[in-house]
Amino acid sequence: MKYFEDIRVGDRHALGRHTFTADDIKAFAQRFDPQPFHMDDAAAEASHFCALCASGWHTAAIWMRLMVAHRRREIEAAQARGEPVAGVGPALGFRDLKWAKPVYVNDTIDYASEVIEKRVSESRPGLGLMSVLSTGVNQNGETVISFVSTTFVERRPDRP
Amino acid sequence: MPKYYWEDFKPGAVAIYGPRLVTREEIVAFAAEFDPQPMHLDEAAASATLLGGLAASGWHVSSLIMRMMADGFIVDSSSMGGPGVEEMRWLMPLRPGTQIRLRATVLESRPSKSRPEMGLAKFRYEMLDDADNAIATMVATAMFGRRESAP
Repeated sequence: MKYFEDIRVGDRHALGRHTFTADDIKAFAQRFDPQPFHMDDAAAEASHFCALCASGWHTAAIWMRLMVAHRRREIEAAQARGEPVAGVGPALGFRDLKWAKPVYVNDTIDYASEVIEKRVSESRPGLGLMSVLSTGVNQNGETVISFVSTTFVERRPDRP
Repeated sequence: MPKYYWEDFKPGAVAIYGPRLVTREEIVAFAAEFDPQPMHLDEAAASATLLGGLAASGWHVSSLIMRMMADGFIVDSSSMGGPGVEEMRWLMPLRPGTQIRLRATVLESRPSKSRPEMGLAKFRYEMLDDADNAIATMVATAMFGRRESAP
């Protein structure tokens, strides 16, 4: 990860894709969101969704998984170049989360995140805060999820 | 037959759901699958982070709010899903062994303009610990079928 000072508003990260299987959709729903249209094919077909679809929290949790993997690749690349790595997290939360379209069985969602705002933390002088707009787009080019999250990022130890 | 329809969620209504005990195992299992960062996986590594010790992923906290909503009233309702979340604040670390409750307050209620069989209700949710501290708060809208449109 880059230090707060080296992050630019507009920095965009492609995080990768994930295909949602019926088994995964049902397993997540059983644990966290046991509504019929996330768990049962027949009930889902009879619902206004017309087919089994993933819990919105599942779609969001997969974003986190891909983001962590992306950060890990960035950290390894920085270490390979002999560069220091800035600490990141935890997040304070998120806003404006929209589940714009259902995620159906075998949909492939392509996730990306873009820095839209950054500011120095008032309470913690060694840290900055960055706000990131994240999106997931399905194989038809339709956005299925978007949200803005805010996370702590370490500032350059050698900053003036 | 659902027990609760859109008409049953009246602005100002407050309900408390739970309690539910959050175990170390489930915190680590969620993190291993969806958020494998040291602060959610390992006590020693977590103590060196801003969280100051092992704590649940914010997305786990969010998913637990969903589960408590589901068990509390959604599964017994004419739920038609939700369009999104206005705001989620992760205010305090959720530690292993915490007994959580969920307080749900109906903020607003309105019929859908485009779908006469549907209504929307906006809620504020607070995940509370034993001492009534808010671990997380969430403002979100949910869609429900209307009683008068029920088959």
